[in-house]
Amino acid sequence: MLDLTYDSPKPKVISGATGDWELVIGMEIHAQVASEAKLFSGASTRFGAEPNSNVAFVDAAMPGMLPVVNEYCIEQAVRTGLGLKAQINLVSAFDRKNYFYPDLPQGYQISQLYHPLVGEGEVLVDMAPGVARLVRIERIHVEQDAGKSIHDMDPNMSFVDLNRTGVALMEIVSRPDIRGPEEAAAYVGKLRQILRYLGTCDGNMQNGNLRADVNVSVCRPGQYEKYQETQDFSHLGTRCEIKNMNSMRFIQAAIEYEARRQIAILEDGGKVDQETRLYDPDKNETRSMRSKEEAHDYRYFPCPDLLPLEIEQAWVDDIAAKLPELPDAKKARFMGDFELTDYDASVLTADLADAAYFEAVVAGAGDGKLAANWVINELFGRLKKDGREIGDSPVSAEQLAGIIRLIKSGDISGKIAKDLFEIVYTEGGDPAAIVEERGMKQVTDTGAIEKAVDEIIAANPAQVEKAKENPKLIGWFVGQVMKATGGKANPAAVNEIVAKKLAS
Amino acid sequence: MSEIDLETARKVAKLSRIAVAEADLPELAQSLSNILTFMEELNEVDVEGVEPMTSVTPMRLKRRADGVTDGNMQARILSNAPDAREGFFAVPKVVE
Repeated sequence: MLDLTYDSPKPKVISGATGDWELVIGMEIHAQVASEAKLFSGASTRFGAEPNSNVAFVDAAMPGMLPVVNEYCIEQAVRTGLGLKAQINLVSAFDRKNYFYPDLPQGYQISQLYHPLVGEGEVLVDMAPGVARLVRIERIHVEQDAGKSIHDMDPNMSFVDLNRTGVALMEIVSRPDIRGPEEAAAYVGKLRQILRYLGTCDGNMQNGNLRADVNVSVCRPGQYEKYQETQDFSHLGTRCEIKNMNSMRFIQAAIEYEARRQIAILEDGGKVDQETRLYDPDKNETRSMRSKEEAHDYRYFPCPDLLPLEIEQAWVDDIAAKLPELPDAKKARFMGDFELTDYDASVLTADLADAAYFEAVVAGAGDGKLAANWVINELFGRLKKDGREIGDSPVSAEQLAGIIRLIKSGDISGKIAKDLFEIVYTEGGDPAAIVEERGMKQVTDTGAIEKAVDEIIAANPAQVEKAKENPKLIGWFVGQVMKATGGKANPAAVNEIVAKKLAS
Repeated sequence: MSEIDLETARKVAKLSRIAVAEADLPELAQSLSNILTFMEELNEVDVEGVEPMTSVTPMRLKRRADGVTDGNMQARILSNAPDAREGFFAVPKVVE
């Protein structure tokens, strides 16, 4: 089973003018639920549609329209909770979070403040082989997304598109267990991987389907441990929240900048104000969003349009029974069953499609290690060169397994196998048939190899003399024989015969 | 007794985006105070151990299946907008 022994990574330390500082980070991830229709309406969630075409009257907040919850969105959130080993609350409820903004026609967002659907869970964030951070999840609640405002199409007007309004989001709230910018990015990466395995969010950060709000504070070494013992936040520094980032690189840069900004204030004898900030990637800095401060008075209250959401344990059990194998379990299985290294197993389980491809190759080739080498080094390398995804690979898992079978049976050498791979990649075809047709089979016939060795020795008497002084020159003869046989001679057999002939 | 002062009345009006003239604030504050005071009478009822009632009839929250059944009516969605351009609602500039 899963090997759960790991060490915690060291927290990031920043040296200030007055001593060392540590970072404390908590995150709120907004993950768009992968569903056809919105959370409370039957309008489509499809990205990139004509503006305001994926909008129902509910989404536009027309008077008298009532929300009706999309059960599949709830199922997806439950599935996510189960994937994060979280508690599922059989009774939850929707609340209104009131604020005024043009892309929120209702004047409130339907969310879940008081009774979220999902309670405490956890995510294990791998940092290096045997080193991982356990990040506790505080809660996951379901809520509506807002629309999109475009500010640069007209000098005096903002343009509003409600296509995104009302799309279901899962807000995944972590505890302040993250201790550095790299850990923060790795946490988002791990969460994204789990969501993609579960099929509950496509994880497309560029389209904004996965976005992060990051809470950052700094403290002196030792303070965090006091917080851990007591769960008393007064041991930690005042935090600032950096809103709405949709790139791992920006998340890291923003945290780094924000920590240094806070340290500079504190070392100057100042005080950090708790506030919401925005990261500007062009200037690589965070800025206060003062306009949002007053809007923080959200005046939450239970949404009178929606009854509490009651779900049944049997339904939850049914979802749990159908959970796919998750990244940690898959990685452990790859390491155990196929004797892969931690690194190789990580690479092959990063994405579900990659893992499925690899497993299909192993099934056909019967050799996990060799399959891992070929998938990671040859196939991934070649696909990357062409900017292709595994789904568009011109070499099918069965074809790659065929190539590996030919190597294992000794029909082709490793070098020829690379040529064969290139042929299959560019031209297609059955590997075994190609080897047969093009005479690529490895020569294991010792008589033929001996003949080639004899010819090379006869043609190079000077080299033979030198080789007697310097045994390393055997390699030169092997190379010549390989060249003369077009790389088809079995290298092990050539080595043996060359050594024998030169010694005599 | 709940007392809504002028400052609170001004803030609530602003959060609700309702323009209230300064001269009207005292009356508004008084009205809000009266409402709250009236509601406070309910505090006299002992509700210890009583579950909050969310519906007068025992009903289960209605659900929908995940299918696209609505939308594709850009013109109708925009028809009430004071200003719409190129398929968007056009509103006075809001900048962060």
